[in-house]
Amino acid sequence: MHELSIALNIVELAGEEAARGGYTRVQAVHLRLGRAAGVVKEALASAYELAREGSAVAESELKIEEVAVQIFCPRCKVERPAVSDVEPQCADCGTSSTQVVAGRELEVYALEVLE
Amino acid sequence: MTPRLVEVRQQILKKNDATARALRERFRQEGTFVVSLVSSPGAGKTSLLCEILRRLGAEYRVSALVGDLATDNDARRLAATGAAVRQIVTGTVCHLEAAMVERALEGDADFEQPWRLDELDFLFIENVGNLVCPASYDLGEDLRLVLVSTTEGEDKPLKYPTIFHTADVCVLTKMDLADAAGFDRAAMLDAIGRVRPGMRVIETSVRNGAGVVELIELVARGRACGAGLQPETNFGTGL
Ligand SMILES: Nc1nc2c(ncn2[C@@H]2O[C@H](COP(=O)(O)OP(=O)(O)OP(=O)(O)O)[C@@H](O)[C@H]2O)c(=O)[nH]1
Ligand SMILES: [Mg+2]
Ligand SMILES: [Zn+2]
Repeated sequence: MHELSIALNIVELAGEEAARGGYTRVQAVHLRLGRAAGVVKEALASAYELAREGSAVAESELKIEEVAVQIFCPRCKVERPAVSDVEPQCADCGTSSTQVVAGRELEVYALEVLE
Repeated sequence: MTPRLVEVRQQILKKNDATARALRERFRQEGTFVVSLVSSPGAGKTSLLCEILRRLGAEYRVSALVGDLATDNDARRLAATGAAVRQIVTGTVCHLEAAMVERALEGDADFEQPWRLDELDFLFIENVGNLVCPASYDLGEDLRLVLVSTTEGEDKPLKYPTIFHTADVCVLTKMDLADAAGFDRAAMLDAIGRVRPGMRVIETSVRNGAGVVELIELVARGRACGAGLQPETNFGTGL
C-alpha cells in the first residue's frame, strides 16, 4: 500500500502550500505523475479519498496528469519518447538510452483555490 | 468566487529525498559505504547478506539494518555472522524510508547507543521484501542491488521496471536451482537489458558460493572509489 503513503504525503504537502499562500479553500490538487514512477494511478486516486479526510484539503479533488516516458537518445541527440513506459529505447531509432528525462515525476504541480 | 490555479511545483517525496541526501553526505564524510538490497519476498536477501557479512567481516568493520513488517528473525540470522545488526520494524509500512534509517542509526535511547559511523566500513540495508514500493524511496545508499531468484519468473524486470531503473546492479540468486526450475537465463538477461540497458548482472548461489566473491569485490571496489559505480546513468538519482 505505498499509494497510501504517497497520498498522505500529497495531502501534507498541499496543506503546507495552502497555509503558506493563505488559501483556506482548496478545490483541487493537481498532480504530475510519471508513467514510470511506480505508482498506480487508480490506486492513488482511491487512496487520496482516504488520505484527505479531516485534513486542510479535505474538500479537494486529486487531478492527475500522467507524464509519458521521454529519453535522451544518444543517436538522434535529442529528447524522444520511449518505445514504452517500461523500456528506455528511442521510439524513433530504437537506440537504448540511460538518460530518462521525463516519466518519473511525482509532483504536486498546482492548487486550485477559491478566494 | 472563481477558482484560481496557483502553481506550487513541489516534489512529493522531497522530505525523504532531503533526508537521504543528508545521510549520503554523512556516510561519505565518515567513510561508510552503504549498500541496499531489494527483492520480492524470499528471493534470498538475508541468505546472501549473511554470506557477504561473514566473508567481508574478516577484513572490514561491517554492519546491517534490516527492515521487516513484524518479526526479528532476519536480524537474528544476520547478527549470527558477528556483524553489528539492527532491526527496523516497519509495522504496516511496506518499504523503508530514509527517516527510518536515520532513526535506526541513532538507536533506541533506552538501551542502544547511536552507531559510530566512523567505526563502520560498510553498512548494508535489507529492505522489506517488495519490488514496488521501495523504488520510490532513496535511502542515502551508494549502491542499490536488486535481487531476482531463478524460481520467480523471467519477466520480473518487465513487470517491475521502476525498481530496476533505480537499482545499480542486478543479482540473480539461487542459481543452483536454475536447472530444476527450468530457468531461462537468456530470457532473463534479455528482460533486464530491455528495462535497464547495460545493467550489470551477477549470478549467485549461497548453496555453492557462486558469485559471492564477485559481489564482495564489487562493494570493496565501490568503497575504495568512494562514489557511485555507474555515474553515467541517472536512474538512481531521480530526475
Ligand atoms: N537453493 C537455494 N536456496 C536459497 C538460496 N538463497 C536463499 N535460499 C532459500 O530461499 C529462502 C528465502 O531466503 P531468504 O534469504 O530468507 O530470503 P529474503 O529475501 O531475505 O526473504 P524476506 O526477507 O522474507 O523477503 C530460504 O529458504 C533460503 O534458504 C540459494 O542461493 N539457493
Ligand atoms: Mg530477509
Ligand atoms: Zn533515436
